[in-house]
Amino acid sequence: MNRPELQAMGERERERQQSYRCRLLCCASTPCLSSGATAVIEALKQFVKEQELDADVLVTATGCMGPCSRGPLVTVQTRDLEDVVYEHVTPELARDIALAHAAPEPRALERNLLAADSPFFAKQKKVVLSNSGLIDPERLECYVARGGYGALANALREMTPVEVCEAITRSGLRGRGGAGYPTGLKWDLVRKAPGTRKFVIANGDEGDPGAYMDRTLMESDPHRVLEGMAIAGYAVGAEQGYIYVRGEYPIAAKRLENAIRMAERRGLLGGRVLDSSFSFRIDIRIGAGAFVCGEETALMASVMGRRGQPSPRPPYPAQSGLWGMPTLINNVETFGNIAPIIDNGAEWYAAIGTDKSKGTKIFALAGTVATTGLIEVPMGISLREIIFDIGGGIPNGRAFKAAQTGGPSGGCIPAEHLDTPVDYDSLRRLGSIMGSGGLVVMDDTSCMPDVAKFFMEFCMDESCGKCVPCRVGTVQLHRLLEHITNGSATPRDMETLEELCVMMQETSLCGLGQSAPNPLLSTLRYFREEYQAHILERTCPAGKCTMDHVPPLEQGAELQRRSRSTTSDSEVS
Amino acid sequence: MSIANKQKNPPAKVEEVRTDPRYKLVDRTLKRFHYQQDALIEVLHTAQEAFGFLDDDLMIYIARALKLPQSWVYGVATFYHFFSLEPQGEHTCVVCMGTACYVKRAAEIIATVQDEFGIAPGETTADGKLSLATARCLGSCGLAPVMVIDNQVLGKETPDTAITQLREVIATPAATAATSAATTVEPQEGPQP
Repeated sequence: MNRPELQAMGERERERQQSYRCRLLCCASTPCLSSGATAVIEALKQFVKEQELDADVLVTATGCMGPCSRGPLVTVQTRDLEDVVYEHVTPELARDIALAHAAPEPRALERNLLAADSPFFAKQKKVVLSNSGLIDPERLECYVARGGYGALANALREMTPVEVCEAITRSGLRGRGGAGYPTGLKWDLVRKAPGTRKFVIANGDEGDPGAYMDRTLMESDPHRVLEGMAIAGYAVGAEQGYIYVRGEYPIAAKRLENAIRMAERRGLLGGRVLDSSFSFRIDIRIGAGAFVCGEETALMASVMGRRGQPSPRPPYPAQSGLWGMPTLINNVETFGNIAPIIDNGAEWYAAIGTDKSKGTKIFALAGTVATTGLIEVPMGISLREIIFDIGGGIPNGRAFKAAQTGGPSGGCIPAEHLDTPVDYDSLRRLGSIMGSGGLVVMDDTSCMPDVAKFFMEFCMDESCGKCVPCRVGTVQLHRLLEHITNGSATPRDMETLEELCVMMQETSLCGLGQSAPNPLLSTLRYFREEYQAHILERTCPAGKCTMDHVPPLEQGAELQRRSRSTTSDSEVS
Repeated sequence: MSIANKQKNPPAKVEEVRTDPRYKLVDRTLKRFHYQQDALIEVLHTAQEAFGFLDDDLMIYIARALKLPQSWVYGVATFYHFFSLEPQGEHTCVVCMGTACYVKRAAEIIATVQDEFGIAPGETTADGKLSLATARCLGSCGLAPVMVIDNQVLGKETPDTAITQLREVIATPAATAATSAATTVEPQEGPQP
C-alpha cells in the first residue's frame, strides 16, 4: 500500500460511515465488559436484525469512553442530532435507545443520559485518546478513516530520521512511564548509537496498582501505539519492535495481535512499509506477572526470556540493550503521543501544558470519588479540578484526605496541596511523582500508616531479591509499619524507619528499591501526627487499625493487667 | 546467550515418548519460536495453559527442548507470579488487592473468604474445589473492589456477596456450571458469624 491508497481507504470508510443514519457505539473495554456490555451489544445487533435496519443503523463495539464506573456506556451518533452518551445501559434500555434514535424522526431518551457539557467531559483534552470510544479497535479501516497512519506516511516521505527526532524534541514530550525523561533526547541517543541492529520496545507492563491507562490505550486504539512505534523505528533506525503486554491484559494482547496482523497484510508494517525502503516488524511479548519488569533493564531481561531482574546502569539501554544492541524503550502512552505530534506539528503540541511539562496526561481516576474512570487532561491542571470537577468529588458526604499518585513509587498529596498544578516537577517537589498515571483518591476513612504498609507490602512481595537494600529493607520497613499499625511500636521505631528509608533510597539498585520508601516518606511528611497517635497514644484516628498489640517492653505490665481483668471476670461469673 | 554451550543435560531426545496429547500444544509453541531459548516465557505460558500448572516433568521436558539448564527453567518459572508449580483447584477465586480495591476494603473480602473456606491466598481447599489468590491490580479500578471467579470479572463486591457467589459456584459441578447455574438452590445466605 502507498500513500494515495491509504488516503483512498480512509475516504471509503468515511463514506461508508456517513451512509448510516445512526451509529450506535458501545464500549467494549474490560470495565464495561465486566458490567455487562456483551449483552448490550448483542441486544443492539439483535434489534437491528429484527427491524431490518442493516442499511441505516450501524452497531460498533468501541474502546473506552471514560467514565468506567458508569458502564456499560453507549454513544449514539445520529445525523442532524448531537452525539449523546448513555450510562448504565441494560439490554432493555439498549433496545429503547435504538428505537428512539433509529426512528424516522430521531430523538434522544431522557433517561440515563450523560450530559456532554458535564465537567467530566468539558475539562478534558483528548490527544492520545482522541479515537478511543469512537472507533472499532478491531478494524484498521476505522483508524485510517480518522487519519491513522498518515503521520507514518508523512514521516517516511517528507522527513529524515534526524528531522523526526528534532520534531519530538521540539514538542517537549517527556516519557509517560513516570520518570519524565525527554523523549526526543532518548530517541536521538539511540539514533546516534552505533549498532548493526537496533530495537524499539513499548513498555506495556503496567504494574502500578490503580493504573490502567496503557491497557485502555492498547485495547481502544492499538494501531495508534503501533504507528508510534513504527515512527520511532524509522527515527532511530530499528527494524524490529517488541510490545511487552502485561499477562493480566488478555484482551489488549488479542487486539494488538489482530492489529499487527492487519497492518502487516496492508503493508503498513512488515517489509517495505508504505512502499518505502523502511521495514519494521512488531512482536508481542506477554508478561508473566512481575512488577519489577516495568523497570527497563528488567523488562529487557524478560523480553529475552529470563528472570526479570534489573541490571546496573550504565550501560543504558540506548547503548546496550536487547542482546547488547541499542534499544529504545518508551511507555505505551508515550508512543500514543507520537502520531499527533507529527500530524499537527511540534509547536501545536508544545502549546499544550506547562513550561516544563508539555502535552496531556492520561490518569486513571479511582478510589473514593463519585465518578471513576479514565481521563486525559492538559498538564498543569490542578488536582482540585481533577477530583472535584471531573471526578465529581467525594461521595457519601465524607471529606477528602489524600490523593495518591505514582503507585508504590509515588506519594500521597494532602488537601492543602490540592491546588498544585499537576506536572512532573510540581509533584516531585511535593514528594510524589507523576508516575504512569494512577490517581487514587482517599477519604477520611483511610489510615495513612495503613496505606504506607499496603504499599510496602507490595514492594516487599515484588522486590526481585537481587540487591540487599531492597530485599531486606522492604521486609524491615514492613515489619516496623506492622508494629505501628498493631500498636506495638515505640518512638525508637520511628527513627529506625526514617533511617532505613534514606538508606534504601540511596543504595538500591533499581527504581523499585529507590522509590519504595516514597509512599512512607510522603505520608510521614504530611500525616506525621497520625503516626504519632499510633505510637504514643496507641489509637488509630481513622479507626482502621486494630491496635491490639503492645510494645515488647510493656508486655509484662499488659499481661498482668489482662490476667487481673480475666480473674476478676471469672470471679464475677 | 551462550548458556547452551555449557549445559550438561543430555540432548533432547526427539523420539522421547510423551503420550499426553497436551505436549503437542507445547511442541507447537516450541516450533513456532524455532526452539529459541529467548522464547522460554512464551513456552511456559503455553505449558501452563495446557496443563494448568508446571510440574517437574514438564519443566524438564521444556529445558531439554530448549537446551537450557533445568535450574534456569525452574528459576524463570518461580520468578513470575503467573506460573504455578502446584495444581489449582477446580474453581479459582482471585481477589484484587490493587490500591483502589484496597481503599474500598478488599482486605475484608479476603478475610471473610479465608474464614469461610479455611484457606489463605495462594492455597487450595483440601477437597480441591477452590483456590484463593490475590492479584496486584486487574485494571478494573472503576468497579472496585473487584474479584474474579473462574475468569469472570465481578465488580463492586462486598464480603457477603462474595461468599454467596462462591458458594453458588462451588455447589455447581464444573462441567455443567453454565447450564444449571440458574436452577441451583441457593445455599443459606449471609456469612457465618
